[in-house]
Amino acid sequence: MTTNQWTQIGFFFVLLLLLVKPLGWYMARVYEHKPFFLGKWFGWLERLVYKICGVRPEEEMDWKGYALAMLIFNVVGGLILYAIERLQNHLPLNPAGQSAVPPDLAMNTAISFITNTNWQNYGGESTMSYFTQMAGLAVHNFLSAASGMATLAAFIRGFARKETKLLGNFWVDMTRTTLYILMPICVAIALALISRGIPQTFSNYPSATLVQPTSYDQPVTNAQGTPVTVDGKPQVTHVAVTEQSLAVGPVASQIAIKQFGTNGGGFYNANSANPYENPDPLTDLIEMLALLVVGFALCYTFGVMVGDKRQGWAVLFAMLLLLVPMVFLCVHSEQAGNPLLNHLTVGKEGASLNDGNMEGKEVRFGIVNSGLWATITTGTSCGAVNSMHDSFTPLGGFVPLWMLMLGEVAPGGVGSGLYVMIIFAIVAVFVAGLMVGRTPEYLGKKIQSYEMKMASLVILIPPMAILALTAIGVVTDAGRAGVSNPGAHGFSEILYAFTSQVANNGSAFAGLNGNTPFYNLMGSVAMWFGRFWLAIPCLAIAGSLARKKIVPQSSGTLPTHTVLFIIMLVSTVLIVGALTFFPALALGPIVEHLKMIHF
Amino acid sequence: MADHTKARKLFETEITRKAVIESFKKLTPGHMIKNPVMFTVYVGSILTTGLWIQALAGKGEAAPGFIFAVSLWLWFTVLFANFAEAMAEGRGKAQADTLRKSRQEVKAKKLAKPDKNAKATEVLSGDLRKGDVVLVEAGDFIPADGEVVVGVAMVDESAITGESAPVVRESGGDRSAVTGGTRVISDWLVVQVSSNPGESFLDRMISMVEGAKRQKTPNEIALNILLAALTIVFLVVCATLLPFSIFSVFVSGSGQVVTVTVLVALFVCLAPTTIGGLLSAIGIAGMDRMIQANVIAMSGRAVEAAGDVDVLLLDKTGTITLGNRQATELIPASGVDVKDLAEAAQLSSLSDETPEGRSIVVLAKEKYGLRGHDIQDLKATFVPFTAQTRMSGVDIGKRAIRKGAAEAIEKYVKEEGGKYPEDVRTGVEAISRRGGTPLVVAEGKKVLGVIHLKDIVKGGIQERFAELRRMGIKTVMITGDNPLTAAAIAAEAGVDDFLAQATPEAKLKLIRESQAGGRLVAMAGDGTNDAPALAQADVAVAMNTGTQAAKEAGNMVDLDSNPTKLIEVVKIGKQLLMTRGSLTTFSIANDVAKYFAIIPAAFALTYPELNALNIMRLATPQSAILSAVIFNAVIIVFLVPLALKGVQYRPASASRLLRDNFIIYGLGGIIVPFVGIKAIDLILVALGLVK
Repeated sequence: MTTNQWTQIGFFFVLLLLLVKPLGWYMARVYEHKPFFLGKWFGWLERLVYKICGVRPEEEMDWKGYALAMLIFNVVGGLILYAIERLQNHLPLNPAGQSAVPPDLAMNTAISFITNTNWQNYGGESTMSYFTQMAGLAVHNFLSAASGMATLAAFIRGFARKETKLLGNFWVDMTRTTLYILMPICVAIALALISRGIPQTFSNYPSATLVQPTSYDQPVTNAQGTPVTVDGKPQVTHVAVTEQSLAVGPVASQIAIKQFGTNGGGFYNANSANPYENPDPLTDLIEMLALLVVGFALCYTFGVMVGDKRQGWAVLFAMLLLLVPMVFLCVHSEQAGNPLLNHLTVGKEGASLNDGNMEGKEVRFGIVNSGLWATITTGTSCGAVNSMHDSFTPLGGFVPLWMLMLGEVAPGGVGSGLYVMIIFAIVAVFVAGLMVGRTPEYLGKKIQSYEMKMASLVILIPPMAILALTAIGVVTDAGRAGVSNPGAHGFSEILYAFTSQVANNGSAFAGLNGNTPFYNLMGSVAMWFGRFWLAIPCLAIAGSLARKKIVPQSSGTLPTHTVLFIIMLVSTVLIVGALTFFPALALGPIVEHLKMIHF
Repeated sequence: MADHTKARKLFETEITRKAVIESFKKLTPGHMIKNPVMFTVYVGSILTTGLWIQALAGKGEAAPGFIFAVSLWLWFTVLFANFAEAMAEGRGKAQADTLRKSRQEVKAKKLAKPDKNAKATEVLSGDLRKGDVVLVEAGDFIPADGEVVVGVAMVDESAITGESAPVVRESGGDRSAVTGGTRVISDWLVVQVSSNPGESFLDRMISMVEGAKRQKTPNEIALNILLAALTIVFLVVCATLLPFSIFSVFVSGSGQVVTVTVLVALFVCLAPTTIGGLLSAIGIAGMDRMIQANVIAMSGRAVEAAGDVDVLLLDKTGTITLGNRQATELIPASGVDVKDLAEAAQLSSLSDETPEGRSIVVLAKEKYGLRGHDIQDLKATFVPFTAQTRMSGVDIGKRAIRKGAAEAIEKYVKEEGGKYPEDVRTGVEAISRRGGTPLVVAEGKKVLGVIHLKDIVKGGIQERFAELRRMGIKTVMITGDNPLTAAAIAAEAGVDDFLAQATPEAKLKLIRESQAGGRLVAMAGDGTNDAPALAQADVAVAMNTGTQAAKEAGNMVDLDSNPTKLIEVVKIGKQLLMTRGSLTTFSIANDVAKYFAIIPAAFALTYPELNALNIMRLATPQSAILSAVIFNAVIIVFLVPLALKGVQYRPASASRLLRDNFIIYGLGGIIVPFVGIKAIDLILVALGLVK
């Protein structure tokens, strides 16, 4: 790795950490109902929303009420999204004349967007109308992000409060998250992106005259559509192309929330590798910061809300320890390239291929920004891509897969990442607490069998779902049919697909053809479990913790803000991830890598 | 139970022999299912045995010898875990047997009414019911637990406590409880039976010790859930490896699908069998350690709670200070010769048989050279202490000497027409401030001076409190003294806080307040007036010499009746949890090495490149798998002593303990199996057991 690469990665993380405190503080104000400037300006709007929806903001809910509200909201939202997709040919704002989305794809997409996954088995510009993109997908980009953050707010209140059943009002948390956090910041991000030339329009796809006209041979087909051959040779006609149709639309607004809300569902099929989504290094930097900042800032919010900022910083540093080494591994592996190709040269000038693995990467981002992006997009539940993970070297591709397998906790999806990370902290505290001879406590709350039961569910379900679905994928013909690459890489593709969906990430090893009824259906199951089967036990823990007293600290209490505890927490996440996925990884990326270097 | 103060030897031949037999008897499905982790190993053993039989029939997935070896060691894994449990139970049973010897059927004299002279009928102790009244005379065994209603007697309680010195039991007060199986050695008692047969204190002790009534404690349940969850994860990991392997063979076009035997072996190695196998042994051993400290816990829950205690309430008298105060100084009033004061003090104390009274006589003799008088020679009349006068003294002819609390003497002197001097008042206050108890001496209407009675703080108690502070436990001294005195003693002893002029209500209130603040409170007590506070405290140690009410209210009984034992109890509780936590960490950390042994071996035929992961350079795939399985079984036996004795506990802050245990059991848990598996592999190769 070069100095330039170190500097770029260092610069990015410094910038990120500078944003943590102000944003974290601001979000804490929002969730603690303390005064702040936007609240003064838009308070009327907030109250208006409550009035229209019939919400009584002062009525708080217990964990069951909160979880039920969250579930109902998401199920209804998903049904509406499904309806929009199926009926988009009858709805307005469809200048490109997109037809109705097929039922299996529509279901997969609906669940994908309500679960903050944004797994895309479709190409946006060739499948979805403007109306579906805006009123359907972009709206759910906001709502699924807000839903995760609201759940987190309730979860944190479980620690902050004592001897109460109440965790807050879901509708209020949703409204305030959207109105005061997501909307204003996304407007700012969208404006910044528009200033760099990202389209934001309702107009039809324009045509552009090509500077360099191109041509290709088109096969001649008969009336039945089968190619005509003469003497076994296919007949072709020469076609000259002078014009190109440019897919545009309300792009910038959707990119802003897809990054900031860790959704990841691109406007275009190529996602942020497409120049209209991510034209230059500056937009790349903005988009990377946007996708990571909320996850980290929420740690600070957590610290403020539980009344001990050190706790928030400890979790944040644990996340950094999980994330940053992987960034280096990814960039390093991509820079090292493929030893089988490194000695070769291409072109008249004899350019060396020994300059890293550039397959599937955009030249304007290079290796460092592709590797960095791939790591953070999988460390969060974003899943937006600016390069093709399928083309990474085995170890380079191992990194995004590994980040997904850790359960999206470094820092994970907005809200959801932190609450799962805190579950890991609870497990770490449990084992550590036993080792010091005391019934474990975290933030003054005793961790007992009910908490362990729920925490076990949270840690159990994702690996079970991933491994079981992958197993079904590799033994059924329908599952094997989607694989495009031979050998161990084919296994990695299927494993990655299900890991990504269970983890609610949405990025893919694009080599897998996922738009089949099999993958649409299995993927829907994966995403649904990955989201709600974790959120519900988390809320149950919050409900149980809120009822407990807060045990005062003493020197017999295990401090949870020390370096030792951070190491303990990181070890727990790594051990759970490694022990669960080591065999699968060995049969995928590890054997790929070993085959490559032993070839 | 005379040997209970000595630590039992770890592997007594008799207990070990019985444990080996027991570990086979425990192989029934009904017993195995109680431990989910070991149950999965049990099922795995049955499965591989089946595969072996299939292989013998010639249709096996691998060589019969290999399947047999794996299957055999899986059975050993189950047996070793059973052995650990049986060992712990065996040690408990041995304790119970010694207890049981003291419980024999005796003849009891049942009285028609609680009167020594009432009509007595002879019945067997087993026929006595709660509420019956019996007469116990010198030489008789007390037939059942009960409360003394009439009489005073010396009772030999060595069968229960191991203490050979007989103790006084009398009606009323805090020494009225008697225990079945103990023997009256002088006088007689009328006892009202307080428990039905099978429910007596001894019965409960025996069943606790035997582990028959052992219920899983909250913390154990929580840990079991975590272990079960991990087991399920590993089950899924291993089960899905079969389709993964099928796919890998399909895409690579070479090799052979992994065998079920290898998958079962991998699963058993990964599942937390080490902690799963030792978990119940650890719990039983914890209870056993309590008994060795001469404390009987009424539930495992109480033992566990002891480790969590945040606040320790300790009675001043007998715990922090020696039981009695001693006179250390005489301060004469102005114009009074110190010798006169000393003489008066001595005379007034001659027939005062309390330790304080005797210490005054000793002081007068040693410091002021006054010879002892005989009260008979003086023709003196002794005026005993009463709660009304709050004074005692003597009348010798016309001399009336009184000593007592300052206010009482002041009142007395004024009634006699005398004056209470100002310098005596300041002297009294000075003594109080220093933590002493002032006794004012007066003759007639003249105040002679003040005796300084001092509480003597027990040697070494300060260090123990410092130790507790390091453990994060706050100590609170409970005393009936006034706040001034209490503060001075508290400072001298080094406790964190004190409760002065403590009434039962004040104690109860203090406990409730601490608990409301989320703290766990431990206390020791013996009197009936302690019972409400004992019932409220989370860990309540009742003294064996205490009343039945106190024993009923507490959740532990200290047979030595030593309140300082609380500190021991806390340590044992912590040790119990630490042993569980450390072995869990060790068990999970072990998995890393096992993966490196088994994964390359399992897929050696499909992907020979994976041999790069065989960093231990194990000889063959078969020896790699066998070595891992053998290590996994043998480690249980190696850890049995640790499970029974518990992880060593030093009083230190939580961070330090965590760091040390994390390094020992976490890092150690990663390294040890690498060494162990390699060693077993070398042995297997040397013995020519693997190709």
